[in-house]
Amino acid sequence: MGKTFAEKALGRAAGYDVTANQVVTVEPDWCMSHDNGAPIARIFKKIGVKNVWKPERIVFILDHAVPAPSSDHAVNHKEVREFSAEQGIKHFYDVTSDGGVCHQKMCEEGFALPGLIMVGSDSHTCTYGAYGAFSTGIGRSEMAAAWATGKIWFKVPESMKVVVTGKFKPGVSAKDFILKFIGDVKADGADYMSVEFHGDGIENMSIAERMTLCNMGIEFGAKNAVCKPDHKVLEAIKDNAKCDCWEPLWADEDAVYAAEYSYDLADIEPCVAKPHTVDNYAPISEVKGTKIHEVFLGSCTNGRIEDLRAAAAILKGKKIAVRTIVIPASWTVYRQAMKEGLLDIFLDSGCVICNPGCGPCMGNHEGILAPTEVAISTANRNFKGRMGDKESFIYLASPMTVAASAIKGEISDPREAL
Amino acid sequence: MSVKGRVWKYGDDINTDVIFPGKYTYTIKERADMAKVALEDLDMEFNKNAKPGDIIVGGKNWGCGSSREQAVTCLKERGIAVIIAKSFARIYYRNCLNEGLPIIVCPDAVDAIKMGDEIEVDFDSGVIKANGKEFKFPPYPEFVQGLINDGGLIPHVKKSLGLA
Repeated sequence: MGKTFAEKALGRAAGYDVTANQVVTVEPDWCMSHDNGAPIARIFKKIGVKNVWKPERIVFILDHAVPAPSSDHAVNHKEVREFSAEQGIKHFYDVTSDGGVCHQKMCEEGFALPGLIMVGSDSHTCTYGAYGAFSTGIGRSEMAAAWATGKIWFKVPESMKVVVTGKFKPGVSAKDFILKFIGDVKADGADYMSVEFHGDGIENMSIAERMTLCNMGIEFGAKNAVCKPDHKVLEAIKDNAKCDCWEPLWADEDAVYAAEYSYDLADIEPCVAKPHTVDNYAPISEVKGTKIHEVFLGSCTNGRIEDLRAAAAILKGKKIAVRTIVIPASWTVYRQAMKEGLLDIFLDSGCVICNPGCGPCMGNHEGILAPTEVAISTANRNFKGRMGDKESFIYLASPMTVAASAIKGEISDPREAL
Repeated sequence: MSVKGRVWKYGDDINTDVIFPGKYTYTIKERADMAKVALEDLDMEFNKNAKPGDIIVGGKNWGCGSSREQAVTCLKERGIAVIIAKSFARIYYRNCLNEGLPIIVCPDAVDAIKMGDEIEVDFDSGVIKANGKEFKFPPYPEFVQGLINDGGLIPHVKKSLGLA
């Protein structure tokens, strides 16, 4: 009987053969934390261990509220800096032009690598599956314990196989596919499972698109989500891999799955997730014309250069009708967008460009909604109150859909704006 | 051990943002203060009136969304005795064990319990008593029970490192 990706990755880390539902204790290759490094450091200190197990395996990336919008946030950042210096944390991305959204940086900087076990104190840590890593989000206590002991337990998950074939039609993107998929399987569709994306539809996708898919894994309950580390991944990591401890792993043909789905990308159409759940799918035709007050283009889901290009192609030479906040996912992305003239396109159309970071995604700053306001966003969650006020409404959509909607001031079909 | 308490009942897919709003993640630092905003975006009645010993009953996928542990801490600090649900989102599930907050997966009991019911949970025999009926729930796996017995992950780690 063949092995799934999760069985191979956790077996490699454990050092022995494992199968689904077995409990294993492994040493994580990377432990990533963002602004919550501060509260984790406080928990770590309560344990009573003086030093973290391996300072070179810990990564800090400040992104949730940068630069600090309040003194509470500033104190939080200060604690991360002090702890980082005290413990000799080498991989620390402060509020500088080396920074950005943690998940984007983890991929850009060569931490996300095939076959590694990566944990992060953020639910969207599952993003690194786009590079073939086994990556998953954990809570604060668990991260503090991992820093202290260098160990974490996992139940080897059962796996779900999603076979994706074909290519998108114009105006349709990876975000539309994953919103459709979540609408089908629902918010708990892959609870506790490892989700593998297979097929030529995935091979046709850029790594950026695969990151969008894996990033949204948590929105349907996945423990981790992963794509096969193919030549595109090997090419991307060849010059900047942060360690040589990686190994491309993939599921065997005869691996056993708890659930299987198949999709043809040509069948996917532009869509949204309506308020207040990510699985509240609607094709664009159903919500077209809905009045909006704010557009957010950015986040770890869709703030990459490919996303900015797709939106800029629609906004070029047009004026926006509602406030539109553009936040590149990192300063590397920002600089590239500047070089390509995309920032000029956004500014000419009337958009506001903010510094890389999470922005308004979880209601910290840079675009909080007023009561009754409606936003369309490229981020990953539309939960009630997520962008600051519990009486506001969030629709999730692709970069192309939000750009087309910005021009009209209402939810719009991107195919009509191409 | 057994607990008796009043039930606060909710539906499916209750997410971490409505249990503990994201805007507070870096502004509220003390555990006791986390309890004050618990369920603020879901149910102000709970937020104002929940008492130590009360029990939360949820549908499927309780705690989906963010990894923020405060969504567990705020309920533990509020004195919630146990959360019973049809299923839990996995990070939330782990966070509960790590915080030492008991949780039970028991879909039949969830269907039979209403908002405001007084119910009893006997952890030793694995039985929920509600509205004259009894519902069995399975024991935790051994290593999980060890975590709970020690009062959560941090005390468990301290003990295992000889620092308790």
